[in-house]
Amino acid sequence: MTSELKVSLWRGGASGHYQVFAVPLRENQTVLDVVTYVQRHLDPTLAYRFACRVGVCGSCAMTVNGRPRWTCRSRVSKVVEDGSLEIGPLENLPVIKDLATDMTVFFEKWRDAKGVFTPTRTRHDDIEAIAPGSPARLAADAAIECINCGVCYAACDTVRWNENYLGPAALNRAWTLVNDGRDGANAARLEAVASGGGCHACHSHQSCTEHCPQALNPTASIAGLKRRTVRAWLTGEIKSRKAGRAG
Amino acid sequence: MNVSLYVWQRATAVAMAPMIVVHVAVIFYATRHGITAADILARTRGSVGWGAFYAAFVLAVSIHAGIGIRTILDEWSPLDDRHAGIAAAVFGLALFGLGMRAIAAVVMP
Repeated sequence: MTSELKVSLWRGGASGHYQVFAVPLRENQTVLDVVTYVQRHLDPTLAYRFACRVGVCGSCAMTVNGRPRWTCRSRVSKVVEDGSLEIGPLENLPVIKDLATDMTVFFEKWRDAKGVFTPTRTRHDDIEAIAPGSPARLAADAAIECINCGVCYAACDTVRWNENYLGPAALNRAWTLVNDGRDGANAARLEAVASGGGCHACHSHQSCTEHCPQALNPTASIAGLKRRTVRAWLTGEIKSRKAGRAG
Repeated sequence: MNVSLYVWQRATAVAMAPMIVVHVAVIFYATRHGITAADILARTRGSVGWGAFYAAFVLAVSIHAGIGIRTILDEWSPLDDRHAGIAAAVFGLALFGLGMRAIAAVVMP
């Protein structure tokens, strides 16, 4: 291996070009380390986003050699191809500048899938006892560790083809709340995810599951929502709606 | 695709699965036994059973394919949701009309 990496970074907005930099190769270097090196030593105008650097905040996802990844925990040695890295912004999201995307629509869809916890008790009530081993809690726990990095959203073919599709992260979040016994907004939530652009638009390609850095399985969550919403529709608990997106 | 379209598409798929088996089995039976077109028409003309079977089959196909075409148009064509729905409904109705015409040709006495 040579002592330098050839790094191509996306520059510009929706239209732009890749700019090549030479970055010293270091042991245990992450992709985020490479981007940070370029910004601090080679070109301070490079725009990118990160915060925690340890795989918790979900800020630093980018497209690395064609695959969406969390860059802070992607080691260069694992993803480098022929001594080169091509790093671009996440797919399926508008580019603000260089490697930073506008995630507004991603979080709007989270809202539209009713991804906000709606409590049924107040601070004056006792805490509701939830059995950790109950099937519903186990289903919620299996999907709960999403960090909203947008990797699944960038990897999803259905998001690419259908701008109204809520996407794997928002639907995965909805599934955790559907299984949360303390939440009181399930009728509205099931109706939202059962509408056009909701869970039934998923083709089960499983790209979300393949790429999720947290090893979650949003496809399974979406399949759970499909079953749950079909039951709710057949029993008259919800009505079907055409559009899923608010506004 | 919303939940009602999803249920209709899955339900018609479930209905079609055994029908396809019967349809293919009949084709194999007819070809293996050297049954001529005239023999087939002699059996199907005036048959309420075959008429009902294929009418149900055509109905299921028209609904199932119409919903599938709607999704394809939604994702792959510049049509908006409403116009994709209209185009898919026209496609489904055309499929139903052609299918029923074919059934009438072999079932009507």
